[in-house]
Amino acid sequence: MNTSAVQLQAPDEATRERALSAGLWAFLVVVTSLFSLFLTAYVMRLSSPDATAVEMPRQLWISTSVLILGSLMMHRRQLNAGGACAMGFLVAQWWAWQALQAEHVVLTGNPAASFFYLLTALHGLHVAGGLVAWANVQASPTPGRIAMCARYWDYLLMLWIVLFAAFTWITPEVARVICGVSP
Amino acid sequence: MAYVIPTRPDDESHHAPQSFWTRYVWSQDHKVIAVQYGCTAIAVGLVGLVLSNLMRLQLGFPGEFAFINAERYYQFVTMHGMIMVIYLLTALFLGGFGNYLIPLMVGARDMVFPYLNMLSFWFYLLSVVVLIASFFVPGGPTGAGWTLYPPQAILPGTPGHDWGIIVMLVSLLIFIVAATMGGLNYVTTVLQARCEGMTLLRMPLSVWGIFTATILALLAFPALFVSGVMMLFDKVLGTSFFMPSLVSMGQLSAHQGGSPLLFQHLFWFFGHPEVYIVALPAFGIVSDLISVHARKAIFGYRTMVWAIVAIGGLSFVVWAHHMFVSGMNPYFGFFFATSTLIIAVPTAIKVYNWLLTLWRGDIHLSVPMLFALAFMLTFLLGGLTGLFLGNVSVDIPLSGTYFVVAHFHMVMGVAPLLVVFGGIYHWFPKITGRMLDDRLGHLHFWVTFLGTYAIFFPMHYLGLLGMPRRYHHFTDYEFIPASAHAFNAWITVIALIVGAVQLVFVFNLLWSAFRGRKAGPNPWQAASLEWATPETPPAHGNWGRDLPVVHRWAYAYSVPGAPRDFIAQDAPSKDGGAEPAYGGSP
Repeated sequence: MNTSAVQLQAPDEATRERALSAGLWAFLVVVTSLFSLFLTAYVMRLSSPDATAVEMPRQLWISTSVLILGSLMMHRRQLNAGGACAMGFLVAQWWAWQALQAEHVVLTGNPAASFFYLLTALHGLHVAGGLVAWANVQASPTPGRIAMCARYWDYLLMLWIVLFAAFTWITPEVARVICGVSP
Repeated sequence: MAYVIPTRPDDESHHAPQSFWTRYVWSQDHKVIAVQYGCTAIAVGLVGLVLSNLMRLQLGFPGEFAFINAERYYQFVTMHGMIMVIYLLTALFLGGFGNYLIPLMVGARDMVFPYLNMLSFWFYLLSVVVLIASFFVPGGPTGAGWTLYPPQAILPGTPGHDWGIIVMLVSLLIFIVAATMGGLNYVTTVLQARCEGMTLLRMPLSVWGIFTATILALLAFPALFVSGVMMLFDKVLGTSFFMPSLVSMGQLSAHQGGSPLLFQHLFWFFGHPEVYIVALPAFGIVSDLISVHARKAIFGYRTMVWAIVAIGGLSFVVWAHHMFVSGMNPYFGFFFATSTLIIAVPTAIKVYNWLLTLWRGDIHLSVPMLFALAFMLTFLLGGLTGLFLGNVSVDIPLSGTYFVVAHFHMVMGVAPLLVVFGGIYHWFPKITGRMLDDRLGHLHFWVTFLGTYAIFFPMHYLGLLGMPRRYHHFTDYEFIPASAHAFNAWITVIALIVGAVQLVFVFNLLWSAFRGRKAGPNPWQAASLEWATPETPPAHGNWGRDLPVVHRWAYAYSVPGAPRDFIAQDAPSKDGGAEPAYGGSP
């Protein structure tokens, strides 16, 4: 190994942003693969006879609204407001968990509940990861980097809507129809 | 990338290493990270090798080694499989070769995200440490088999069902994070950081193989992540994603309704592309070795690229051929058998193109070339037995036998490892500036090649004889004849010899890195860009003040009328040797 260094300047911002943008697209593909597989597993598992539907807590509508607001803020280049909305979303999701717990919907027992907790937690982790990137962008909030934040926020919003729709509409009965299982 | 020439004396690269720690330990240089990946993978691979020899001792001489009881045997099987497939081969091809070769071969200063690249290595190292830690947890490592099928993986009766399986799953999840961080880097670097003139269809096939395999890894590892997370929940938190209601040790378990078959689908949706995550870089690297050492352009370059891409795509629609014995709708079996056999078409195209590259070439039987030729023979044999096993009706009787052990060790164990060795002998002079010792290399090659054939070829016969795999010992089974026991003893002796000769290889690496014969900048007279660095080994930043400019493909060998038998990729256009317009042979 040769570790002597050629003294060179860092690449310019435009090149850097192109690379970051391409890297972000690739990352979104990976996340899409992850959640698609989870949703496939969700449908397969919910088709089994022991699954029962879980009624979604009302707080989820609040969290959804906050997340939509976050995306809008990012598109208006309101970096701080966008980040605050993401944090608000996490709080609202936590509130929804508490509401479910209060109704004795536990992690174990019913696969619909297990998937709900697991997938909301994973989605929340991706939001939290976005906040780490967001904190980094605070250091140099160029328009290009804010646009990437907005893209990630939009993506997580769409992902959340897909998950919310799946939890609401893909009930065990629907899953059984999809998998061709007679109850 | 637009690194600009410094205008002020205090300008410097954004991550130029300063101290020993930032140069060798917390390094963000892709070449150092590649060596870190490589050394870690080889070290953990040696553990996997020792485990295989311990298994062979038990199989060849049952009862002679009392400490290898059934429980330990299954732990060795599991750890051997997981280490070799994931922590050695995947890490070495993507983290090792990918890291070293991609920026040098496409003419970049480094990976586009050097910090992420460094994190990728440290997460990989952490996953290896966690994996090895499972040898020291109560109950030892998991013995569930490398596929970790539930429900048995987490039930009492399976070795390591308390802690071993948890540690294994945590290690895998960390590995996936590491592979994803690395993978995003490799893909983005290939797409964004190629130097001027380096079009996608001028990239060496090594880069194409690693690039496509990385895309497979980015799409397939999530499936392992999903199954790993859900199994961890089942084990630790008591959910029932995979665990059905069952009676274990006389007691009804707390689980109900889970689907073990769901795990198998998820696992193999990862598991089959994983075969190609290992095989595609091997295909790419071997193409370059054959071309360089036969002094001839690769035959049908574009077909080779499309074959790599086609194999990558097809690898996502064949997974259930690992589950024929799990039972499925016959139409599904028909579909997966058909898609499996279709993969033979692009694969055969590659084998023919390698043969046609050799045809009338100026073949130099250097050590890398010997390994490349051995790969072709081994891969061909392993691939052909894959055609047997891809058929449902042939697979079902053979699936539980040594025929399968022979098949996958030939096709995804030995064949890619031969390429790993060939690649190391080939690029070692660029990495260290010194040649590996040739005599030791020949010894290593012949013992490894002939030895692995002697180990795995007889296993096909043992499998056809009906000898079951996964058994701890074969005494007291009337249907297994004495000759099979003799065969087993013979295989064990050879396996020990092949294991020992790998130490010669490790010695050669260590000795030659410091005492080997000095290599010039381009000892193999190769045309691709990594041999054109201004310094050998390349300095941080790779290319001096100016990035190279590429004028042709990487396969301008034996061009008629040229003064030498190769034309470097960055030589001026007037030197000729441009790639053929339609990708045929020039």
